[in-house]
Amino acid sequence: MHDLRTAIAIFLLANVLLGLTRVVRGPTIADRILVAQLFGTTAVAVLLLLGAGEPASGLDDVALVFSLFASVTVISFVRNAERLGGSPR
Amino acid sequence: MTIASIVSLACLLAGAFFFFAGTVGLLRFPDVFTRLHALTKADNLGLGFVCVGLAVTDPAPARIVKLGLVWSLVLASSAISSQLVARYAVDRGMTPWSKP
Amino acid sequence: MTSLDWVLDGTLALALPIVAWKVVRAPSLAVAVVLFVALGLLSAFAWTRLGAVDVALVEASIGTGLSGALFMTALSWAVPRGRRRPEPGTRAAWLPFVTLGLACGLAPAIASVPPTSTGLRQAVDARLDASGVEQPVTAVLMSFRGYDTLLETIVLVVASAATLALHVRRPRPSGGSELLATLAGVILPVAILLSGYLVWRGSHGPGGAFQAGAVLAGGGVVLLLARRIRAPAMSRPFMRALLLTGPAAFVAVAAAPLAVGRPLLSYPPGRAGLVIVALETALAIAIALVLAMFYPAPAADGRSGRPHRTRGLR
Repeated sequence: MHDLRTAIAIFLLANVLLGLTRVVRGPTIADRILVAQLFGTTAVAVLLLLGAGEPASGLDDVALVFSLFASVTVISFVRNAERLGGSPR
Repeated sequence: MTIASIVSLACLLAGAFFFFAGTVGLLRFPDVFTRLHALTKADNLGLGFVCVGLAVTDPAPARIVKLGLVWSLVLASSAISSQLVARYAVDRGMTPWSKP
Repeated sequence: MTSLDWVLDGTLALALPIVAWKVVRAPSLAVAVVLFVALGLLSAFAWTRLGAVDVALVEASIGTGLSGALFMTALSWAVPRGRRRPEPGTRAAWLPFVTLGLACGLAPAIASVPPTSTGLRQAVDARLDASGVEQPVTAVLMSFRGYDTLLETIVLVVASAATLALHVRRPRPSGGSELLATLAGVILPVAILLSGYLVWRGSHGPGGAFQAGAVLAGGGVVLLLARRIRAPAMSRPFMRALLLTGPAAFVAVAAAPLAVGRPLLSYPPGRAGLVIVALETALAIAIALVLAMFYPAPAADGRSGRPHRTRGLR
């Protein structure tokens, strides 16, 4: 089971690295920002998987922290963006 | 292999599949809104299946509560942040892609 | 360690410098910021793989809840104006050589560490009972090297004095979306609960004052984002008292033994664990306040808290 969980964790990590190409390609800023949401969710999944074998490892707590604040990164962008006009980037 | 480990295996694989589907959608879909939609599949179903798969093999009550809490937090926060990003995109004049 | 563990660690070890390189050479600011958030995430993984879960907790809470939010706020203020071309090669041509030289210099030092070395682990474990807690990191921070932590908290207060100089108090914001109010209603209670849990857990697992403070500060950021509160006036005595409680308590606890003729910073024997938890609680509150003060508060008319009009970034 540990091997299966590690394999899936590697797969999810590869997913995140793939998602990074969307950050570079864009084309708009909204595209780039929403990938940050994927980071948070994948981080939660990977940490839960890695922490499954050892209950006292505290990895579950790190996952909890990520799940709490992953969206804060995205939201602090959109919440503070002013109406500046012009074409979207 | 017990029933529990088979169910767990199936759930974990399903979760990985939905994460993958979310990333594929993120890379291949034509505009922001469709990509957001693809992303939520990873958030809801992907993480949900992973949590269920982990809960089945380790049914300690504390662990299950933590898994449930983590999943519901991600559900709530990703729903709200997706809505806000979509609203931001609309405000900036990005129109949804339509079939040419 | 199975071979899959090696694959995981190898992927992580490869991804970190590559993503870091992309951050530095990103074609635009938005790309750089988002990649930096990804870098924080990868770093948090790396810390857990290295067994430093306490650091991973801090990296997670500060990287996403605080510095991630700070970077995104700054990004939203800048008007993007076209792609920023990476600098021409001549200026940075010497950089790879310097880095390579550094790496070559460090490599023998790293290679000379025996793979089975446990560092100071055994020395710490031998004296763990005397410290009053079961977690070696907390024991080192609060007991064996408590003096360092005391000075660090004072440094933190000094840093907050610098933030105070930049602090602009604005009238109560009126805008605010229902969505974010709901989110704040969900996140804040969990954040408060989690930070209390982390302080308690610090005695026998990864956790502690700084982690708890960072989580609490993240909750404060959510409140500010939801525009439910305005940045508190740091000129009010109550706020200043709150900020100083942690360090003052620490100084008091450190100096008290002197009155009874015992050395500085020696906890009462048998009560050390309790004293440490109480101290960490006070410190967590002070740390949360200091960290949250860095986040720019939104302005009254619903506009962002940007202090002045920036011309945009190339």
